[in-house]
Amino acid sequence: MAGDAGAFDRFVAHFRAKVFQYSWLMCGQREDAEEVAQDTLLKAFESFDQLREPERVRPWIFRIARNACLMKRRKSVFAPSRELSLDEFLPAMEREGGQVKLQIADWSGLPDQEMLRSELKGVLDKAIGELPETYKSVMLMRDVEELSTQETAHVLELSEDVVKTRLHRARLAVRQKLDSYLQSAGGVRVGTA
Amino acid sequence: MLEPHERSEKCKEMFSLLSEYLNMELPADACREMEAHISGCAPCVEFTESLKKTVELCREYEPEELPAPLGDAAREELLGAYRKMMATRTD
Ligand SMILES: [Zn+2]
Repeated sequence: MAGDAGAFDRFVAHFRAKVFQYSWLMCGQREDAEEVAQDTLLKAFESFDQLREPERVRPWIFRIARNACLMKRRKSVFAPSRELSLDEFLPAMEREGGQVKLQIADWSGLPDQEMLRSELKGVLDKAIGELPETYKSVMLMRDVEELSTQETAHVLELSEDVVKTRLHRARLAVRQKLDSYLQSAGGVRVGTA
Repeated sequence: MLEPHERSEKCKEMFSLLSEYLNMELPADACREMEAHISGCAPCVEFTESLKKTVELCREYEPEELPAPLGDAAREELLGAYRKMMATRTD
């Protein structure tokens, strides 16, 4: 981090928003999320000498944020729970005249079709928001923040295998909700095997 | 040629590995097996595409909620910690 005042303001503006959004999605409370953002930035400045690799500042900040978020909760939202079963996300398949058919929406207009996209934003918001916390935290790190599997494992104190397992289920759950929405909006296309 | 029943068992197996496949985290042999299956299975192609698009949408996703503007007291507190940090840095 450079020593000028501009660098300070840019750093604070960027990470304050990021950490706020993460905590907001994890805790659902605006006040808590703002406090978590403030506490995280303070802690980051206070312990900056502990950051060994400056290029890994994002996972480092998110790890502080995750811990600050945990402090806000009496009951851990990150507590392990039963893994969702993959079968819950298998698309409906049916055999018809010896052929396997898959019931799935028409996704071909995405992501280019502007209107679909803006409508989907709300659906996506809801789909991510409704994920069980253990899955949501993984998806936010891996797909939204685009941290690596290894970085996410470090931030959330999970094994890389658990990160992979949960990410897959989180994606499938979100895909399923988007698919239901697309089916209701545009009808069903039946893929044939 | 696989029977429809065998095919859906294979599809299920592929289904469990799709995210690792999309993330290019599969070992080379598993990846080849996946590609071999997918290339001959229309439902798997279609499902994989929809999952890939889900990931694309998530990558572009930006939560709408923003924090309230940073108050003066909070900014001062942060700036104090920042200055302290800069002062103790040796490099
Ligand atoms: Zn298949």
